[in-house]
Amino acid sequence: MRSYVPAYELQEPRNLLDALERMAREPGEWRPFAGGTDLMVLLEAGKLVQRKFLSIWKLPELSGITVAPANVNLNALTTYSEIRGHELLAREFPLLCRAAAETGSIATQNRGTLGGNIANASPAADSPPVLLVYDAELELVSASGVRWVPYHGFWNGYKKIAMRNDELIRTIRLPRQRKFSKQFYRKVGTRRAQAISKVCFAGAARMDAGRIVDIRIALGSVAPTVFRASESEKILRGEKPTPATLRAAQDILSREISPIDDIRSTARYRLRVAQNLLAEFCESLQS
Amino acid sequence: MTMEHSQIGKPVPRKEGREKVTGAARYVDDLTFPEMIHGVTVRSSLARGKILDVRFGDDIPWNEFTIVTARDIPGKNCIALLIEDQPCLADRFVNHPEEAILLLAHPDKYLLEEARRAVHIEIEPLPAVFSIEDSLARKQIIWGEDNIFKSYRVEKGDVASAWSGAEFIVEGEYETGAQEQLYIEPQGMIARANSFDGVTVWGSLQCPYYVHKALVSLFELPKEKVRVVQTETGGGFGGKEEYPSMIAAHAALLALKSGKPVKMIYDRAEDMAATTKRHPSRTRHRTAVRRDGKLLAMEIDFTLDGGAYETLSPVVLSRGTIHAAGPYDCPNVLIQSRVVATNAPPHGAFRGFGAPQSVFALERHLDRVAAAVGLSPEELRRRNFIREGQTLSVGQVVHEKVRMDKLLDRALELSGYHEKRARFAKENPRCVIRRGIGFAAFLHGAGFTGSGEEYLASEAQVTATCDGKVQVLAGSTEMGQGTNTVFAQIAAEALGLDCEQIEILQPDTSLVPNSGPTVASRTTMIVGKLVETAALVIKKSLHDTGFLKPAYTPGEFTDACREYTGKIGALQSLVKYQHPSDLHWDDGKYQGDAYGAYAWAVYVAEVSVDTRTAEVRVEDFVAVQEVGKVINPVLAAGQIEGGVAQGIGFALYENVVWQEGRMVNGQMTNYIMPTSMDVPSIRVFFEELPYARGPAGAKGIGELPPCPRRWTFRPSASSLKNFPTREVPRVPKASANSPWMEPRPRSRMPSHRPPAWTSARFR
Amino acid sequence: MPKAARKIRVNCKINGKAFSLEAYPMARLLDVLREQAGLTGTKEGCGEGECGACSIELDGLLVNSCLVPAVQADGAKIRTIEGVANASELSAVQQAFLTHGGAQCGICTPGMILAARNLLSRNAQPTETEIREALSGNLCRCTGYTKIFESVLEACRAQRVRS
Repeated sequence: MRSYVPAYELQEPRNLLDALERMAREPGEWRPFAGGTDLMVLLEAGKLVQRKFLSIWKLPELSGITVAPANVNLNALTTYSEIRGHELLAREFPLLCRAAAETGSIATQNRGTLGGNIANASPAADSPPVLLVYDAELELVSASGVRWVPYHGFWNGYKKIAMRNDELIRTIRLPRQRKFSKQFYRKVGTRRAQAISKVCFAGAARMDAGRIVDIRIALGSVAPTVFRASESEKILRGEKPTPATLRAAQDILSREISPIDDIRSTARYRLRVAQNLLAEFCESLQS
Repeated sequence: MTMEHSQIGKPVPRKEGREKVTGAARYVDDLTFPEMIHGVTVRSSLARGKILDVRFGDDIPWNEFTIVTARDIPGKNCIALLIEDQPCLADRFVNHPEEAILLLAHPDKYLLEEARRAVHIEIEPLPAVFSIEDSLARKQIIWGEDNIFKSYRVEKGDVASAWSGAEFIVEGEYETGAQEQLYIEPQGMIARANSFDGVTVWGSLQCPYYVHKALVSLFELPKEKVRVVQTETGGGFGGKEEYPSMIAAHAALLALKSGKPVKMIYDRAEDMAATTKRHPSRTRHRTAVRRDGKLLAMEIDFTLDGGAYETLSPVVLSRGTIHAAGPYDCPNVLIQSRVVATNAPPHGAFRGFGAPQSVFALERHLDRVAAAVGLSPEELRRRNFIREGQTLSVGQVVHEKVRMDKLLDRALELSGYHEKRARFAKENPRCVIRRGIGFAAFLHGAGFTGSGEEYLASEAQVTATCDGKVQVLAGSTEMGQGTNTVFAQIAAEALGLDCEQIEILQPDTSLVPNSGPTVASRTTMIVGKLVETAALVIKKSLHDTGFLKPAYTPGEFTDACREYTGKIGALQSLVKYQHPSDLHWDDGKYQGDAYGAYAWAVYVAEVSVDTRTAEVRVEDFVAVQEVGKVINPVLAAGQIEGGVAQGIGFALYENVVWQEGRMVNGQMTNYIMPTSMDVPSIRVFFEELPYARGPAGAKGIGELPPCPRRWTFRPSASSLKNFPTREVPRVPKASANSPWMEPRPRSRMPSHRPPAWTSARFR
Repeated sequence: MPKAARKIRVNCKINGKAFSLEAYPMARLLDVLREQAGLTGTKEGCGEGECGACSIELDGLLVNSCLVPAVQADGAKIRTIEGVANASELSAVQQAFLTHGGAQCGICTPGMILAARNLLSRNAQPTETEIREALSGNLCRCTGYTKIFESVLEACRAQRVRS
């Protein structure tokens, strides 16, 4: 334990409003603390800079999954286990269940939350690429109100989401009926379980008579943030997934993403594998 | 004559199993003592330098702390092992990152950590050495006169004469990186010390008498005033062979100065960064071979990276050297080896102890020799396997009736090798996921090398109490490998009793004799034999005095013990190791009978490679070995399975990333060991050719499994038209057409320039 | 010296028994169990939620106790390894680990048994693949996992026979 644990405050707000009011009263002083699967690791390593936390873990206003005709609303404290166990999500948002199943271990899935994962903003996180593919929107709440933002673009840089320090994520909304008949997810990690991804690829497409009508491609671990490969999408949209189109898309992809060398992998490997996963996705569109 | 055994060969449940499955087993961090305080270590951040100043930051109530420096050491400031070059606490110079400089103790664990951060040590950097190449090139002399801790030369026949006549000469160079033992229980010690009573330590360790020797020297105390007690140990694998002496010394120094019991437990980050690892290696092979595949000469150059101090490196080098030419009959062999100093934390024992490094290189190389000659890997082995009566590289005549070719037959059959090899070759070109299957053939000597066992002069004792309880007293430690249970089985068998009646005493140097370290695959074979002998002496005493009839029940045994102890006295036998008179070893020439017995094995691995991602999976694993006698089939298989998993880890997942001598991926998130989803079911098969000097015929097996790990994955790449891949850990190249980058960075992180392999272009 | 937060009271049930423990709010539940409650069966192997040696059941869910802050254990029902056996009668999983070599050094065993029990409570007859996945958050360095799978399969068989 590399932190001075007594110096950390972790207080339970009475309810969501109480939490938001405290965050508004002392901006930047209080940060929300959900399941702790990221923050406690930082604490252990002596790298948890923030000292005062509000434990939102038990707030009922932030829990639960509700299904509406046009969208599914996952409240921020939805855990990966809850995602995995949700029948409708498995049917309509299978990639999210896949990503949840590949996140950490069962013990981490029981405590890791979708909201926490988004707020932590690691480019290597497993679910964010899927959220991009599903056109997720975020509901941000604060003492002064509520706003909805698209998840796509909701960042200011490496590990920095564009959220004010008096806000927290309440809901992640996934629009239904996008009719993506083809869905693909692959995480390439350092091993088969409990792995931080070296490359993560999520893709979805709507096909008509062998032609790509609409497509989404998102990747993790190839850029400072989770990455939506919009330029590669543009090349593929409206086309048939032929080898020539694929090559063009791979070329665009190689220029869109910016993988690096780090402790787990290398830029060249990530680039190559990202292109190969794009190929694997496109091949799956042909069947 | 086959013997009917009542205990030997039975899957007797683990002696201490109940405590382990109920959470009642007490590991060092589970213990508390009255008034106990905690200790931490302040360490060097630089690889090499001169300590200029130590400053204590403001804001910490330093008067509440116990602070220990080198000046507080009563005796010699060193951790006595083979030599005395490693300081207990760095005094004027540091020679590796994480070297211990200062110790702190305080009752509050949290405040202690805060204080550790508040100690600022100013070190003037000195140029450091981080690679075998730089060390050999003597860019800096960082140890001794030439950076070389030890070197060996093993000669058989005349290698020089063989080159001119050889039809093929094949060369190769192979490297392996460091590997972290990663026992799940980190290192820890509790110490109590005062000048009157002496020093007592309790902790996670493999070798109580190593720790004892180190503390005697450090504290300048008579032997009786130092007591070392082993607590339940959560894994060792060699990682707790040397290092515990260091942490015990630290805890004891703090205990002496504070007057309180001191507990020091490393967290995972400290354990990974500061303690020993498997020695990185570089092996160069040059092999002369005849057209028909017969090996004519092997010239082997074997170098290990020892880190900053000698510790046990000469012994690791020794074992690696002796195993370097494998289980093959070759008339001319020259092995030149050395272990060199670098400014990294000293490398140390890890299961296999030098042999995995040299065996990897050999098996990989012989694959290439086979290819050069146009033989299959299998055929090359068959034409060169050593047989009874032939001579190993160190001149040891093989007296065992080993048939490596039969082990090979069995392993290949059980794994479906031929059928799969043919099928994969046919199917792979069309497959995205390509498969391969390969094997390695190897041996592992059990016990200390050469005159080592004679030098150790191990002892073990068996005592029978007045109520018929039998106690085994040995310095050998249980760390999961099954010492307690195997000793109980051996003693029970010898005495015709049930294992329940046998008690294995906790290794406590005030109670048990020095049975030598729990290493080198020696515990069952060497110490187990002492236990067997001692038990038989007890039985004989009871028979000879007439208290026990030739055939008896356990109840009658109990009665006999009561009578004997009542009428004659203590019923105990202390047996000392007797070196077999027919084993001869010449330390000067490094020749002779290196080991009393070898275990022999052929392992087969089937792997798949996803050509899109270069992910490798082990799909099936068959391990066939000849081990003398299996004392406990569940424990023995468990040892093989665990060792194979460590080998798989090293081959595919584990990689120490270094930066200026420091391990930078020192968390379990970034140092990747296999999970339950990364290891196939490992299929284990034993053969038994009883070794006369082993208890019930048993040899040692503990370190057998990690030896071959890397080789068995090579043929996967062979069926993929492999690139010359010479490093461990490494993933095979996916296809001949597109040069791959490996999915993991190389062992050494480049600080300025990209390493050579990144310059390969890809389409 | 940074100012210390006030300690809190953690009122919880551990293995069916009520506890009222004092701890810093951010203290790890692992440490609270081991030090304040004196239950040392739960182990620390990594402190970062990777090895699973600290696995416990928190309100019926398998969690890594090294990642749970004390505050969030207030009001919880906790099961640790000490609460797995029924007085002196070992559970099926514990018994199987004994007979089938599921434990070697034993340090991962408490967490492994908690994880195995948790699996069997959700899926009484798992396949080997399901067992592998369920235990993938518990690292073992000694066994290579083979005998752990065999132990869990044996526990399933024994439970099938019992019922």
